[in-house]
Amino acid sequence: MDFISPPYLSRNANVQGIMARVLFALLPGVAVYACLIGPAILLQIAIASATALAAEAAMLKLRGKPLRPCLTDGSALVTAFLIALTFPPIVPWWLTVFGTLVAIVIAKHLYGGLGQNPFNPAMVAFAACIVSFPALMSQWPSLTLETRFIDQILAVLGVSRELDALTSATPLDVLKTALRLAPGTPIAETLSDAKIHGAVGSRVWEYVAAAYLLGGLWLLRCKVIRWHAPTGFLAGFVALSAACWLFDPGRFASPLFHVFSGGVVLGAFFIVTDPVTGCASEKGNLIFGFAAGILAYTIRVFGSYPDGVAFSVLILNLCAPLVDLMTRPRVFGMKKK
Amino acid sequence: MQSGLSRKLFRFKGGVEPDTHKAESAEAPIRKAPLPSRLILPLHQSVGARATPCVRVGETLRKGQRIGNADGWISAAVHAPTSGKVLAIEDRPAAHPSGLPTLSVVIEPDGLDTWIERAPLDLTARSPDEVCGALRDAGIVGLGGAVFPTHAKLSAAKSTAIDEVVINGAECEPFMTCDDFLMRERAEDVVRGASIFRDLLEPKRVLIGIEDNKPEAARAMRRAVEALGFDFEVVVVPTRYPTGAAKQLIRVLTGKEIPSTRRSPEMGVQCFNVGTAYSAWRFVAFGEPLISRIVTLTGNVESAGNWETLIGTPFEEFVALGRPKPDTERFLMGGPMMGFEIPDLSAPVVKACNCVIAASLSLFPPPPPEMPCIRCGACAEVCPHELQPFELYRFSRAQKFDKAVELSIDECIKCGCCAYVCPSRIPLVQYFRFAKSEIDARRKEKAKADATRARVEQRKAREERLKAEKAERLAAAVKTSGAGGGDGADAAKKALIAAAAERARLQREAHPPKNPETAVDAEAAEKTPDPAVKPGDAAR
Repeated sequence: MDFISPPYLSRNANVQGIMARVLFALLPGVAVYACLIGPAILLQIAIASATALAAEAAMLKLRGKPLRPCLTDGSALVTAFLIALTFPPIVPWWLTVFGTLVAIVIAKHLYGGLGQNPFNPAMVAFAACIVSFPALMSQWPSLTLETRFIDQILAVLGVSRELDALTSATPLDVLKTALRLAPGTPIAETLSDAKIHGAVGSRVWEYVAAAYLLGGLWLLRCKVIRWHAPTGFLAGFVALSAACWLFDPGRFASPLFHVFSGGVVLGAFFIVTDPVTGCASEKGNLIFGFAAGILAYTIRVFGSYPDGVAFSVLILNLCAPLVDLMTRPRVFGMKKK
Repeated sequence: MQSGLSRKLFRFKGGVEPDTHKAESAEAPIRKAPLPSRLILPLHQSVGARATPCVRVGETLRKGQRIGNADGWISAAVHAPTSGKVLAIEDRPAAHPSGLPTLSVVIEPDGLDTWIERAPLDLTARSPDEVCGALRDAGIVGLGGAVFPTHAKLSAAKSTAIDEVVINGAECEPFMTCDDFLMRERAEDVVRGASIFRDLLEPKRVLIGIEDNKPEAARAMRRAVEALGFDFEVVVVPTRYPTGAAKQLIRVLTGKEIPSTRRSPEMGVQCFNVGTAYSAWRFVAFGEPLISRIVTLTGNVESAGNWETLIGTPFEEFVALGRPKPDTERFLMGGPMMGFEIPDLSAPVVKACNCVIAASLSLFPPPPPEMPCIRCGACAEVCPHELQPFELYRFSRAQKFDKAVELSIDECIKCGCCAYVCPSRIPLVQYFRFAKSEIDARRKEKAKADATRARVEQRKAREERLKAEKAERLAAAVKTSGAGGGDGADAAKKALIAAAAERARLQREAHPPKNPETAVDAEAAEKTPDPAVKPGDAAR
């Protein structure tokens, strides 16, 4: 009969439950992705998950920690899913393995494991890979060609000889090139190209984003995430993109197009909501999200990378402790500072 | 008409809504627990100083006879719950998480239950101070679980006007129904008890707060208030743990937030438990000191319910009343949120004991292994004091207590909401308990060191001053004797005497008395000028 400290009651929440819900909420996005972009994503998820679990087990062993309950908590799988979903689906398998190892070994366990990492592991993996292997990380499957599943698999296995035929620039790349190379030309005709513009956002990708949105709203509903960080992120992103678009609609795409392109929705509901690397207070998370949103748009439109979510999140991870310090909530009975 | 429906209620942030489990113990009316074979009366049953025993071993006692005198103002007397013989006055295991023994009077009941002479207290003939003293000698303490001496709450507030007296019938802890049944069955006595507090504190309003899961109690209290013709408001408040914590109930009823640095009367409000009001009334009206209380016995038992139990009844005899089921593996005192495991069933029921829960593994499954904190913020969301428990946890665990204090760990009331919701199942309250006790110990140590340093510095300064004065005097004496004349020789003699007196005094001071109170007196005496050592005198 061991000593148990009060309270003796518990709501019976657990970390596994939280992680399982996050994974579940990603499933609509994964399904739409697999159907519309290509089933290679399923292969990538498998590779990343296997690597993540193996790396997690090895690191726990090296750190002298018990495998249970940490290996089964699901946090490594969430990281693996996010890596697979943010990398191009046809990157060679070894790059996914490399990214996952960076995330689990360096970003997570070298900083003390679950709950201790200052940076979002999946975003560290993305940043490390896009900086080290920019060419591979920019190979997105072409949506205009009928890419066969077997071609995607071959690409992932690294044996495809006609990779260039499979890939094409993403809508965001096209926009950026247009902005950069011919600053004077109006963007309207680029956007009117059916190859790029779908119903509201990037062609085809907008459906994936909508599916992420669905999962994210479900997470909000079952209170796994709180509204502050996603709202802040979308507000910051939309505010700046709307300002640019209103300033010169000829040069800048609409906020709606931007939100439904790239990793904005995934970032809003699954990445800036990471409690470990985010802020502590509700107000802090609003600020965290807002600043990340502004930065994400800035990097996406004015920077040299196709999308800005990963870098903006990493930069805000750096600032989170300061934001925490500045946004400490008022304590019961104390005057507002 | 005191409907109370019109009163605007306030909210406190946070809180949780666990299953109440109140129905189990709410089936039968209050029963009277039989006389136990032994009664063990710990002398320390209230906040403050331990009562000093005032009976001898072998002495025959009557029911209600005082066996321990209050020691100082923040202390309360202890009484014999029945007539009998004092078997021993010795250390016995206490109803405390540590189970450490505490000085107790052991009584063998004679079965006659012979009362002392009882007389009601005529409130109109007594001054408020006399009433407070009488309550202290009757052993009346807060029965919500904190056992703060009630008279100290009634006298402390004289400097500020009291707006509200809050009578706490919220009873937010799950499983517990002792206050519920007290209000259902003895509402008039509770209301009359509240009127004693009203008379002493003269508040603008008396608010009786009851959670909305106790409609029968609220109805009974309303009826009693009406029948007695008082203008008290019975206010039904939403059920949410920890509404029954004094600060939370005060917030809900009055909107006032009391920080740990202030006492509630400073903000014009004072709070009493319904059980306290009841026992105050029993004493004032019938001369009965606090010798019994209503205790809920529930959980993994065949027959749950409320028992009017003599203080001092050993738990082993008390829990048998409910017939615990065979898979009972421990007993908790208090509710499942803030209670603790009774380490030794030979310990007795005390004034602080409102509930005993028989616990089994199926009723309270042991927590799964602790996981790392993922900063999910669930704890901060439910903290009724709007703290950030996960940050406090981080600093408490790292023993960075100054940081924990900076983040207001002092405000933590250990209600357990944070640990209740934690998905990583971290025993947060345990960490905070540890941190708070460490912080407390350090503060005491520092205060002691500061006081010592101040005393040493004062002495040094005094010594130096005296030395300077002496030198001055000698110089003056030499000067006057140098100038010639009988007068001068006289003055030199005087200076010598003064110098000798000085030396004697310095010696005295080198060995200061141990009792700081007399030391203060001595210092004060020294500050009054002594004509014999006035330098002016010597020079005259």
